[in-house]
Amino acid sequence: MLNELFTLATLIGILHSGVRLATPYLFAALGETFAQRSGVLNLGVDGMMLMGAFTAFYVAFNGGNLWLAVAAAIGVGCLMGLLMGVVSVTMQAEQGISGIGLYLFGLGLSSLLFKTLIGSVESVSGFPKLALPLLSDLPIIGYIFFDHNVLVYLAYLMVPVTAFVLNRTTFGLSIRAVGHNPEAADSLGVSVNRVRYVTLIIGGGLAGVAGASLSIGLLNVFQENMTNGLGFIAVALVYFGSWRAVGVLGGALLFSLVNALQLWVQVLGIPIPSDIAVMLPYVLTIVVLTLTVRQIQQPAALTKPYERGE
Amino acid sequence: MYRRLILMATFVLALALAACAAPAAPAAAPAADAPAAEAPAETSDPFRIAIVMPSSTTDLAWSQAMYDALKSVQAEMGGEASLEIAYSENMFQVTDAAAAIRDYAAEGFDLVIAHGTQYGNSMFEVATDFPETSFAWGTAVDTGTEQGLENIFAYEAAADEGGYVNGVIAALLSEANVIGVVGPVEAGDAKLYIDGFKKGVMDTKPDAVVNVSFTGNFGDTALAAEAANVHIQAGADILTGSAQQVVGAVGVAKENGVKWLGTQSDQTSLGPDVVVANQVYEWTGTVKDMIAKIQAGELGGTAYNLTLANGGLVIAYNSAVAVPDDVKAAADAAIAGIEDGSITTME
Repeated sequence: MLNELFTLATLIGILHSGVRLATPYLFAALGETFAQRSGVLNLGVDGMMLMGAFTAFYVAFNGGNLWLAVAAAIGVGCLMGLLMGVVSVTMQAEQGISGIGLYLFGLGLSSLLFKTLIGSVESVSGFPKLALPLLSDLPIIGYIFFDHNVLVYLAYLMVPVTAFVLNRTTFGLSIRAVGHNPEAADSLGVSVNRVRYVTLIIGGGLAGVAGASLSIGLLNVFQENMTNGLGFIAVALVYFGSWRAVGVLGGALLFSLVNALQLWVQVLGIPIPSDIAVMLPYVLTIVVLTLTVRQIQQPAALTKPYERGE
Repeated sequence: MYRRLILMATFVLALALAACAAPAAPAAAPAADAPAAEAPAETSDPFRIAIVMPSSTTDLAWSQAMYDALKSVQAEMGGEASLEIAYSENMFQVTDAAAAIRDYAAEGFDLVIAHGTQYGNSMFEVATDFPETSFAWGTAVDTGTEQGLENIFAYEAAADEGGYVNGVIAALLSEANVIGVVGPVEAGDAKLYIDGFKKGVMDTKPDAVVNVSFTGNFGDTALAAEAANVHIQAGADILTGSAQQVVGAVGVAKENGVKWLGTQSDQTSLGPDVVVANQVYEWTGTVKDMIAKIQAGELGGTAYNLTLANGGLVIAYNSAVAVPDDVKAAADAAIAGIEDGSITTME
């Protein structure tokens, strides 16, 4: 049985599944990276995702264009980010607590809207599989990477985009400055609070797409609490990835690939108790986290609201 | 100072919103579906049932099966004037559930249902403090008589029976002779169902392979969907699974044109072209019997078991998917065999 795990077909299957599973984590964690680099820890990602998932599903369910559905999910996510900004940046509420509040708000509101507007679990036709021309014809690689729906590609595209914005643009410089030394940034004329609002809104928009990638991409249903805490794992992945886009990609892929691996281990009937198998992704992620050398310090002003010294 | 005030106001607002909206907030629980407390009293007071559930009333699985039964009993009895239903859903945290159970008991409900094995300990504690209130719980058989309690009903579904029948259908419909099972946690109702399913396949087609995977969760819809993908890649042409997360797996089955066998609730609406049959839990009889007993002054002591024989389990076919006559005949033979005891559904 164990040798079945190491056949080419199985390995390709694991990689294919892992690449797809990582999609919502990538969107959500990259969005959270923006917020955390500017100094705001937003624990409400899961709630923002649920709102995004519901919104996208609702638009698609009522016959709306799928891209319109994604846009609506982004819009609602941005609003949730704005709300977090009002509470944690302007009002300076403790970030951890306001994030949990935002999560409960999103969880409750998406459930309430679902019950009122839809009522029972229904399915929609989401984004179909889009085999990229030429690329998907490549042997092995083609099936693993280029045989998914369009949101999967977008998630991976967001990795270089995030890295570029954070490291190569003036705006990215402002984000990093605000997260690292808000006083200095302020004295140089950067509006600390405005930057934090913008990163929270970007994070909300990406969390909205993360939700949409589930409800109209991978699953094509909406169910109450369908993210099942996925947003909290996304927050952890930002730490895992040392607040860098590439690190987040590594974490999301590691977690998803091990998850795909453990599914295959079970399906092939390899005699490992299922309780142990489902633990694997979490255990391995922690092991890797403790073994790798931390190269980047966490943003010095993370979780600290900014108040101008008089 | 001014900002402090705004901050506090925001907090209160946020908490209020969370309390109204979040189903997990026990404070909001009793308000749920119940008519307002000041509703005009009828000539006879309605029978009052409260239920605490681990997932939502719309989960197409465990919780919805019971909620739908309560609703249909309510309709039969003549609406909210005769039967009042209050519910707390998504109580995945047992401590929240315990608080809700105690709240309902204190509010004077006639019957408080703790719809999950995990709520047992909390419910027994509350039941000791409220001997005049009836309680019910499941999946369970313990009515607390050993502890001297007389106000507890227990209920369970013989999920293995319908699992066995689904297994017979799956074995006969599978051409690849590979069948995939998307399981939640290897325990309770899901384990019963899967054990019965495997036995049904093996008794029908001993050379077929049943691959079983668990997600370690009841609500991880994304992982359940990926599990279905893996089963299909591993060659399965028929899938089944248990718990609310299977809505993700049914979607994958639909996309790949792979047949699905459901359990707990009727899942046909999710895959009208691929869902072949469902084992449906029919709790209405249980609910009605509990109400009758309580009204007659018997507050507990009965353990119910849904079976094919007593009509609590129903195999519901999807008329839109053609099932060959010989397959249906084999399924009927299995049902008859289970009912008369000539077939055992467990190893």
